[in-house]
Amino acid sequence: MTTQPGEKRSRFDPEPMPRRDFLGLAALGTMIAAFVVSLFGMLKLPKAAVSASPSKKYKVLLPDALPEGEAFIPPGRNVAIYRDGEGVYALSTVCTHLGCIVKANAKGFECPCHGSGFAKDGAVTKGPAPTALPWLKVTGGAGVYTIDEDSHVKAGTKV
Amino acid sequence: MDEAKRSALNEFWINLKTAPGQIYRAMFRGGAPVSDRTRSSFVFGNVFLHLHSVRTHLWSLKWSTTMGLGIITTAAFLITLVTGILLMFYYKPYPDVAYQSIKDIHFIVPTGRFMRNIHRWAANVMVVAVILHMARAFYTASYRKPREFNWFIGWGLLVTTLALSFTGYLLPWDQLAYWAITIGANIAQSPREITDAMGITEYFDIGGLQREILLGSEIVGEESLIRFYLLHVMILPLVLSMLMAVHFWRIRKDGGLAKPKNVDELVAADPKQHYPVFTEQPQKTYQLAAVVKGKTPAVGSGPENTVPSMPHLFYAELGVLMFTVLICFFLAFVSDAPLKELANPLVPENPAKAPWYFLGLQEIVSFSAFMGGIGIPMLCWIGLGLIPFLDKETEGTGEWFGGPGGAKLVGWSALYGFATSIAVEAFAIRFGWLREWFPDIPQLVITFVNPGTVITVLYAAFSIWVLRRFNSTRAGALALFTCFLAGFIVLTVIGTHFRGPNWDFFWSPSHWPGH
Ligand code: FES
Repeated sequence: MTTQPGEKRSRFDPEPMPRRDFLGLAALGTMIAAFVVSLFGMLKLPKAAVSASPSKKYKVLLPDALPEGEAFIPPGRNVAIYRDGEGVYALSTVCTHLGCIVKANAKGFECPCHGSGFAKDGAVTKGPAPTALPWLKVTGGAGVYTIDEDSHVKAGTKV
Repeated sequence: MDEAKRSALNEFWINLKTAPGQIYRAMFRGGAPVSDRTRSSFVFGNVFLHLHSVRTHLWSLKWSTTMGLGIITTAAFLITLVTGILLMFYYKPYPDVAYQSIKDIHFIVPTGRFMRNIHRWAANVMVVAVILHMARAFYTASYRKPREFNWFIGWGLLVTTLALSFTGYLLPWDQLAYWAITIGANIAQSPREITDAMGITEYFDIGGLQREILLGSEIVGEESLIRFYLLHVMILPLVLSMLMAVHFWRIRKDGGLAKPKNVDELVAADPKQHYPVFTEQPQKTYQLAAVVKGKTPAVGSGPENTVPSMPHLFYAELGVLMFTVLICFFLAFVSDAPLKELANPLVPENPAKAPWYFLGLQEIVSFSAFMGGIGIPMLCWIGLGLIPFLDKETEGTGEWFGGPGGAKLVGWSALYGFATSIAVEAFAIRFGWLREWFPDIPQLVITFVNPGTVITVLYAAFSIWVLRRFNSTRAGALALFTCFLAGFIVLTVIGTHFRGPNWDFFWSPSHWPGH
């Protein structure tokens, strides 16, 4: 291809819209767009739509001979179920401070990790725990109860 | 045609025969590194070595300048890297088998136990060295212009190192691991302490999100193990390597290690140490003329008081590397890495303790999850990063404690730091805290007024007093940094040695009640 007469250009006299700049800017623009879009896509990745956690709602068979004031702990669960004259109730045994499992003692519960103490009704008596141990929703009767760890009920609710 | 063919073939044979020699020469473009000139050009032309400058100042070679702490950290990292890769051959990152595979490594794989011990000890050496290295850089004011950015990078390296250690902690899937991660993940969730108190957790649950992203699930399980594994063996090492490369390269670009103003008087003792620089025809390049200006190391001054990095610096570095290897070997030989029972999500360890370098944190976390786990650490972390931008004095750069009077100030600050943290801790241990006195006190009060925050406030007050007393930001920084270092030591020792079951205070682990 030859240059047409009258169209002589040097690099000091650029085209009105330098082609290279246009291509460069277009590349830059698409790169930023692609980067932003894929970043948002990737940011969604770490949080699965459904998480692989065990079911929080389950049935328990409460032994008939459970003495009053003694906790029944279903195998594999972090829940303490009690029966007394007024009915059945369940407390979560996951410490509200940082998630250790509390142990029942004469006064209520104690946490092995940072020394939080809880009363029998779950109220904080000592240490760093920010809130009381939650009472869990219990339904059912006649020895078979359903515990729902996700729904909390007011302290003192018994069925 | 025939003749041309033959001569090309000939040439090929000759080329083939001389290839080894040519490869050798191509490797050492400036010739074999036998003279100072060729050694220098070797350093200059080698991608790994040229992170060093070609010549090293005698000041930088004095052991009291750095105590080799940066190199110890690097060496420890290299050791963990090698042993870590070896461990990866046998380790299986899945809950049911992870614990068994560690047992295999420990009891079946030849040298497996030793490798695991070295891995663990080198990681510990790395944490200690990185903290000391930071203290060294701080006390010699090496963070000052033009090294601010490198302080920043080092700050990132510290965090990455701690993250690497912590993520490695979950992998054995024993009780220690399981409960340390449970606590760690719940610390990530602790902003809920604030959002709960304000009643907005339903709409804005940053804490819950952090925890879920970390664990990949609501519980510590297989998802969490894979995540921690990937972070530990892949993401964090890559981040660390990248930051390290920048860190080293910056040292070079910022003119080597920080030196005191009168450094030439200090090192120029022995005339034999002087290397006659311009006896050989200098080879110059002018390509860098556009970027070179006054502050760049070798502009405006001859390379007096410097020696070629090869071999002087490299031998020193190799020496430190071998010293580190020796330490790790020795520790690995006398002490086994622990492995407790298999993780049991129903019964926590009592006490459930984090790795030792987090026990100071755990101590203040035992007052408030949010302030101890996030609030105060964040404050320290941000403050640490801002140091070079808050202290812009120039006096005493490159000198320990900033010259005369500094050591005394640091001594007093350390005393104050130890005394206040011990006093506050002793008070809290003896008399309890707000919750015991006023059972109905709102949680927000405890979150913001607890022994951890009290210590922090006392430190800040002292540093402001020092700053005004000496009318110097550097003095204030020295006081504050020293106090926090002292506090870190006190809290770590209390958390490690004096806390037992239920996080109660015991004078010695031998007094712990049996259970
Ligand atoms: S987890 Fe219970 S006191 Fe910290």
